[in-house]
Amino acid sequence: MSIVVVGAGPAGVRAVETLIAHGQRPIWIDESPRAGGQIYRRPPENFRRNSRTLYGLEAAKARRLHGAADAAARTADYRPATLVWDICDGAVQTAGPGELGVVPFDDIILATGAMDRVIPFPGWTLPGVFTLGGAQVALKAQGAAIGRRIILFGTGPLLYLVAYQLAKAGAELAAVLDTSPASAKRSALPRLLADSIMLAKGFYYVAWLKAHGIAMESGIEPLEILGTSHAVGFRYRTAAATQREVAGDAVAFGFGLRSETQLADLAGCRFAFDPLNRQWLPAMDEEGRALGVAHVYLAGDGAGIAGADAAERAGERAALALLTDRGIAVSNARRRWIRHRLARIERFREGLERAFPFPAHLARRMADATILCRCEAVSARHLRASVAGIGAEELNRAKAHCRVGMGRCQGRVCGAAAAEVLAAALNVEIAAVGRLRGQPPVKPLPVGLL
Amino acid sequence: MSASAPGGQFVRLAETARRRIVIALGDRPIEALEGDSLLTALLLNGRQLRQSEFRDGPRAGFCLMGACQDCWISLADGRRLRACTTPAEDGMALEEIS
Repeated sequence: MSIVVVGAGPAGVRAVETLIAHGQRPIWIDESPRAGGQIYRRPPENFRRNSRTLYGLEAAKARRLHGAADAAARTADYRPATLVWDICDGAVQTAGPGELGVVPFDDIILATGAMDRVIPFPGWTLPGVFTLGGAQVALKAQGAAIGRRIILFGTGPLLYLVAYQLAKAGAELAAVLDTSPASAKRSALPRLLADSIMLAKGFYYVAWLKAHGIAMESGIEPLEILGTSHAVGFRYRTAAATQREVAGDAVAFGFGLRSETQLADLAGCRFAFDPLNRQWLPAMDEEGRALGVAHVYLAGDGAGIAGADAAERAGERAALALLTDRGIAVSNARRRWIRHRLARIERFREGLERAFPFPAHLARRMADATILCRCEAVSARHLRASVAGIGAEELNRAKAHCRVGMGRCQGRVCGAAAAEVLAAALNVEIAAVGRLRGQPPVKPLPVGLL
Repeated sequence: MSASAPGGQFVRLAETARRRIVIALGDRPIEALEGDSLLTALLLNGRQLRQSEFRDGPRAGFCLMGACQDCWISLADGRRLRACTTPAEDGMALEEIS
């Protein structure tokens, strides 16, 4: 009776820890060489910065999670640096260091995480332009700044966290530019008070940036990256509707996060449109059991964005549900505590969405010439033409026609914006255009392995 | 503090006390530190990783976490690697960026 857990971020770590505490020995597969996930990502073993430097205000949480991960890795059948690239017929297909594998399972917990949610705009494929998450990876996992003079823009808590981390580490920030209006943050305050500690940290980052003289604006609209062979600046519209240019050789941007759902799709999960995330997500019950398929459990940001704290709780919750389904006794008090804790985080999450709304209008009004799919250089014009040309009313039809979402990344990067562009072209609700179906392999495999 | 070349995209801010290694980009030797990803090693020394095969210009990666697949590059022997998730190793030979 084998259990597979996919992912070693906050959700995966707590899921595995909980399974072990109840006498199970799961097979634990993670793409990264070191457990921790993205937000608590660990640098290679020979790096020396301490957790305070790496994780700042979250250092204690990071240390606890890494401690739990290392302990769990000693008992579990832990397989790092291994990609799960398909799930079918009760087995996961893996690509590990130097070899392909097939791992059958009776039960599986998917904790696949998230990446930055992106809206393409002119110049975004130029060298020097990265995601906010990418800028954070360069700093934390490599000790490097993405440029000499860095412009950050977009919206969401990550914008301010990355700004603070980069500035504190000695990088020069040219500007921190938020697409959300200042009024949105004020109206979100009552909901954000559901997690006053997290809110206080957010205020701290903003206050620190202000105190260090870093230029910050709200209510901006991105216009274009300046440069021909690499980024040399950024042009945007201010809240007062004037155009402004800021010089810089690196830009990082993002508009919140987007769940990685391809494996849940391949596993047979039923999907439902989630208005808060504006994304089709694998549906689950209140304990993390996937709907539409038995023996599949979901946890963490891969099943809807709620952040690292929620992911830890949801990982434990999914493991407890799995154990219960196997007839293993678990603590009901603990389950109630998790439910209570997650409900509070959910209220905070609603506040975040109000404070940092996804600027869907930027995608819907994307200029025809803008490259939408960076894998294959497909422009917004091509996607719109698939409506006129073949009457595509759904993303997969449009993909077959214009190849948006068919490239190496499988629409991971452009999918959110592509759905907005198509929905706007058809003048329908975003949910009506459906979602790009997951296809194996979910990521390209090194040719030597085939 | 900074040990990076003048024409590089990335700037080292920390973790400079690591073993030095050398990789080759075409004929050009590039100094890196053990633990650098190929992407880090290349972007500390230049601003591009590859040309888009769809002829829309140079690319230098995007997500840096193995999700976007923008940073696949070739070794001199033709094998393809994702630069952001592959550690640079001493003596590695990469195909020149065209």
